[in-house]
Amino acid sequence: MNSQTTSPAQSPLRGLAKDWSSDKDAFKNVSWGKTMMWIFLLSDTFIFSCFLVGYMSVRMTSTVDWPIPSEVFALTIGGHHIPLVLIAIMTFILITSSGTMAMAVNYGYRRQRKKAAILMLVTAFFGVCFVGMQAFEWTKLIVEEGVRPWGNPMGAAQFGAAFFMITGFHGFHVSIGVIYLLIVALKVLRGDYEERGYEIVEITGLYWHFVDLVWVFIFAFFYLW
Amino acid sequence: MEHQANTEGQQHPIGIYFKIWGLLFVLSACSYLVDYLEFQGAVRWTLILVFMFLKAGLIVAVFMHMIWERIALLTAILMPPLCILVLITLMASEASYTNLNRLMFFQ
Repeated sequence: MNSQTTSPAQSPLRGLAKDWSSDKDAFKNVSWGKTMMWIFLLSDTFIFSCFLVGYMSVRMTSTVDWPIPSEVFALTIGGHHIPLVLIAIMTFILITSSGTMAMAVNYGYRRQRKKAAILMLVTAFFGVCFVGMQAFEWTKLIVEEGVRPWGNPMGAAQFGAAFFMITGFHGFHVSIGVIYLLIVALKVLRGDYEERGYEIVEITGLYWHFVDLVWVFIFAFFYLW
Repeated sequence: MEHQANTEGQQHPIGIYFKIWGLLFVLSACSYLVDYLEFQGAVRWTLILVFMFLKAGLIVAVFMHMIWERIALLTAILMPPLCILVLITLMASEASYTNLNRLMFFQ
């Protein structure tokens, strides 16, 4: 533990009790900006949880068979029928972007601002790729498969509503994240944070990793289940 | 735990990010294989959940630096989502009841 205020001899539990009982200063050396980003992400966790629990409810209550995601999201590439291939690629792209973001945070703290900014721009580029592939997926589903929020030819009518709501809200988060990344990256490149330090890169990173985190759950519950 | 967050924020050897990055790739490939190899039933659900929690844990712990944060922040952020388990339990029992009624009276 990075306990600057409690001695290392103290047990972690005692440190926890001390931090919480110290009035206004519960989070010690955690900055206000980072704390607030975490609180925002916590609230966002609840929003996505509500969507996923709602999806669970409609899928469990439906007496009609749920469309098989493995089939719905299969693509035929070069004559081969590969299940879920686009979703798998999207997953790898998002994980890669998380990796480049983590590196950006690291270079930010090392005060190599050019490298940090370039890595953030690379992260934003992967984000754009992800949203682009999602747009392709939506188009294919709407135009070719005839999926609508109120029904679809493959099975339970609620499939479309759950799909568009959950992936749409996630895609919206990625898009906002790309804009956020671009703004911060340009400011980093310009040297706006030379005096204040580069914690802003870490805070931006928290948001971006969260978007990746949500995708882990969507991938498991919506596409694989 | 051995890397102390120094005076300027979270600074850790860059190697650890590469290792976690690689692990996330492997875990993603594994969860994709669950579908590709067409596992069904309890095995499928268990594997999906195991890989999901491992990936989520690695992202939160290392990429979001949770293992290096103070326990006060860690508990404040990670405990509240446990309420969702209650919501899941309630909604699951309600949903199976609704499903039963639909099967009995509306089929």
